[in-house]
Amino acid sequence: MAHLEIRNLTKHFGAFVALDKVDLAVARGEFLVLLGPSGCGKTTLLRAIAGLERQDAGEIFHGGEEISKRSPALRDYGIVFQSYALFPNLTVAENVAYGLKSRKADRGAGREGVRRRVAEMLDLVGLPGIEHKYPTQLSGGQQQRVALARALATAPDLLLLDEPLSALDAIERVRLRSEIRHLQTQLGVTTIMVTHDQEEALAMADRIVVMKSGCIQQVGGPQDIYRAPANDFVADFIGRGNLIEGPAVGERHVRMRNLTLRCAEPLSPGRSHRFYVRPEDVCLYDTLDQCENSFYAYVQKHEFLGAYSLVTLRAHDLAEQPLVAQFSSNYLAGRSIAAGATLRVGIPPEHLRPMPEPA
Amino acid sequence: MTRRTLSLPWLGEGQTTSERLSTGLLIGAALLLCVFLILPLGVLLMGSLFDDAGEFSLVRFVEFASTPGMGRAVWNTIWVALVVTVITVPLAFLYAYAIQRACLPLRGVWRIVGLSALLGPSLVGAISFIQWFGTQGVLKSWLGDNSVYGPIGIIISTVYASFPHALMILVVALATADARLFEAAEALSASRWRKFVTVTLPSARYGLISAALVVFSYSVSEFGIPKVIGGNFPVLAVEVYVQVVGMHNFGRGAVVALLLLLPVLVAFVVDWRIQRKQQASLTARAVPYVPRPDWRRDVPLLAYCVLVSVAMLGVLGMAAYTSLVKFWPYNLELSLTHYRYGLAEAGVLDAYLNSLKIAGLTTLVGTPFIFLVAYLLEKNRSGPAWLRPLVQGAAALPMGVPGLVLGIGYILFFNHPANPLNGLYHTLAIMVIANVVHYYTSCHLTALTALKSIDREFEAVSASLKVSQFVTLWRVTLPVCLPAVLEIARYLFINAMTTVSALVFLYSPNTLPASVSILNLDEAGELGPAAAMATLIVITCAVVSLAYSLLTHFLFRRQQAWRSPSR
Repeated sequence: MAHLEIRNLTKHFGAFVALDKVDLAVARGEFLVLLGPSGCGKTTLLRAIAGLERQDAGEIFHGGEEISKRSPALRDYGIVFQSYALFPNLTVAENVAYGLKSRKADRGAGREGVRRRVAEMLDLVGLPGIEHKYPTQLSGGQQQRVALARALATAPDLLLLDEPLSALDAIERVRLRSEIRHLQTQLGVTTIMVTHDQEEALAMADRIVVMKSGCIQQVGGPQDIYRAPANDFVADFIGRGNLIEGPAVGERHVRMRNLTLRCAEPLSPGRSHRFYVRPEDVCLYDTLDQCENSFYAYVQKHEFLGAYSLVTLRAHDLAEQPLVAQFSSNYLAGRSIAAGATLRVGIPPEHLRPMPEPA
Repeated sequence: MTRRTLSLPWLGEGQTTSERLSTGLLIGAALLLCVFLILPLGVLLMGSLFDDAGEFSLVRFVEFASTPGMGRAVWNTIWVALVVTVITVPLAFLYAYAIQRACLPLRGVWRIVGLSALLGPSLVGAISFIQWFGTQGVLKSWLGDNSVYGPIGIIISTVYASFPHALMILVVALATADARLFEAAEALSASRWRKFVTVTLPSARYGLISAALVVFSYSVSEFGIPKVIGGNFPVLAVEVYVQVVGMHNFGRGAVVALLLLLPVLVAFVVDWRIQRKQQASLTARAVPYVPRPDWRRDVPLLAYCVLVSVAMLGVLGMAAYTSLVKFWPYNLELSLTHYRYGLAEAGVLDAYLNSLKIAGLTTLVGTPFIFLVAYLLEKNRSGPAWLRPLVQGAAALPMGVPGLVLGIGYILFFNHPANPLNGLYHTLAIMVIANVVHYYTSCHLTALTALKSIDREFEAVSASLKVSQFVTLWRVTLPVCLPAVLEIARYLFINAMTTVSALVFLYSPNTLPASVSILNLDEAGELGPAAAMATLIVITCAVVSLAYSLLTHFLFRRQQAWRSPSR
């Protein structure tokens, strides 16, 4: 049995289905991210694991023991919320020591033990020496680090993170996310994080669980989820993408309006297939280049975004709807793209990914 | 983990001791609210719907309708309440507008003076207006040939007494203005009047409706004022008193009380729904509006504030003056005779001490009980499904129940020989309980607002850290909510000190409270000692309010480190 196992978990709020027969297994030491748009059930799933929300049906096992019906205080986890939930009237040290004082073993260790543990935790989150400050005197990022120290101080077997970075500004968010990941690897604590930010999920997770309307859409590593989305929703939700469609004309070829493209994966001839093309997989060629899967397109719109450019292309030989391409600035190497220009672009066969048919 | 199998599923396995305890406490609170609120009101309802033989009948209503003069009492009650509402709400709105939306010097002073009527029993106004406009009044000529004893006296006294209630609501309603709307109006070069009509009034409309309903209910259920200054002008509230205390006709008293309950309950339900709408109309993005000085607006409003304040202080001042004058209006020499006579010889010192005891106990019992119940409702999820709606409903109900009605319900319920709690009747305890129940809703809402404003995950965090929720209540929730707790304590103390309505049915000669003794002294024609007692109550309440202000000020200073504005 996996370290944390969820079976058939179901939860309704009135007529709204928050969780619909969710099954999930989490390995020991894993960093799992629950990803999805708001209302997809990811927070409900986390709160059910924490015991803060009681499921209507289904079981949760933690370390081989069933914990489905236990109250939060009888489960073994630390939790960090988006709002930090630091006790405002207690100092940082008192906050971090909050869970230490109640444990008999810790009480045996005495004041000195508690003090040392607090210092150790603050060291761990990179905030030594702020014991006597109050939460309101700290920045958002510092407060969230203290909340993390408090959650980890009791050495819980499971760490639950509920959108821990959403309240922070962009720079702090990026900094703290690598710190959290580093800390998690260092301590080896099994961690489940909820987020709606796909970039955050890709950057931090060992495995990502994509959810929608209370159902799990896909479970996999960041690469798998990004490269091989299991369905339209996942493809759409993770990163940008183009969907093109056409009938297969042979084992490896597909007909797109006035164009025949080769696909690296086998197709069933005669049937219509849908393909998924990431914007960054569109290649830019010299105007007279005749290489495989290349075609002419004219530039409808060009957005310069610093590190890369987003280009909306019209390729009438390929499809009716526009094709979005993303060219990184060093790939363009100073070459300028202007609206109205005609370019030679292409989709390499290995990046023409057939999509599973919608169920 | 200890595994105990209980037959009650919501107290079952997988719960900690403190979770079981909190469910148990909430059930206990529900029981108490049933016994001391719902059952007495139920008995009142039954009392009016059943005849002497215990059969269901409307005979008491028929009897009531055919009693001569009752129709007039109903009509009088309603039109007086309407007139009071029409006068009080605009007066209070303008005053609140001056405080919140103009740049006046001494804003705090105007505010305190505007609320000063809360410090005394409602009777203070009535006594003072008798001295100003009565048969031997200083300003009798202002009324021409009209007598102050009757509708005029009732109306001005009730306007005075209900003014602060409307003011509190409107000050809050006008406090939350969105500056962006004013800027938009200004950018569109809207005139001053257009801005007032299109921005100010709509944003305060819920407050205005709420204030109107509160003033109307106040006037309908007010009993002391018409008793003292009403002369022979019949109104329902006095009718209840006459039926129950004068004629011992509990059945008819119940019918009249039910009639009183009806308009107040309707007003309360309407207000409740409006309040819920209002919360949604305020967005988190609103930018607070800060008025800029503008003498064309500020000078007239300042003059208005001064005028109202002089009038308010004139009322309190006259009561104090009356208490010091030897023999109105013939010997205006100042002395403490009335205090001496009133307190020592008429045995009213005991009444004052009783009131202090009642108010103190109401505060000490009510504050922790109300806060704990609000806490359990807000922060606890366990327990059977019917429990929370029941307690929530019971906590909201007292706002819609006039004290007079509650008092009669208590008589009917606790004075019943078959009631095991019969022993409570006529004790200090029942008066304390009546006060807590009577003023429950406001305090409950104060506690709830404070509890809702703190992070809702504190309990989840402490559970994950294996700390009992009651430890967190003591170490975190209570300290953070301390200002609200002090506010509840002050509110309970002052109201317990000044209330007449419920207690007038519940006291015994040994437990006579000061506010009721004013009524009795007035009835005996002892206006001087009555004024002395009223002044004593006002001073007590003022001292308590001052202590409260100092305490909160000191508290904020000491806790500035963590209370300072964040984010």
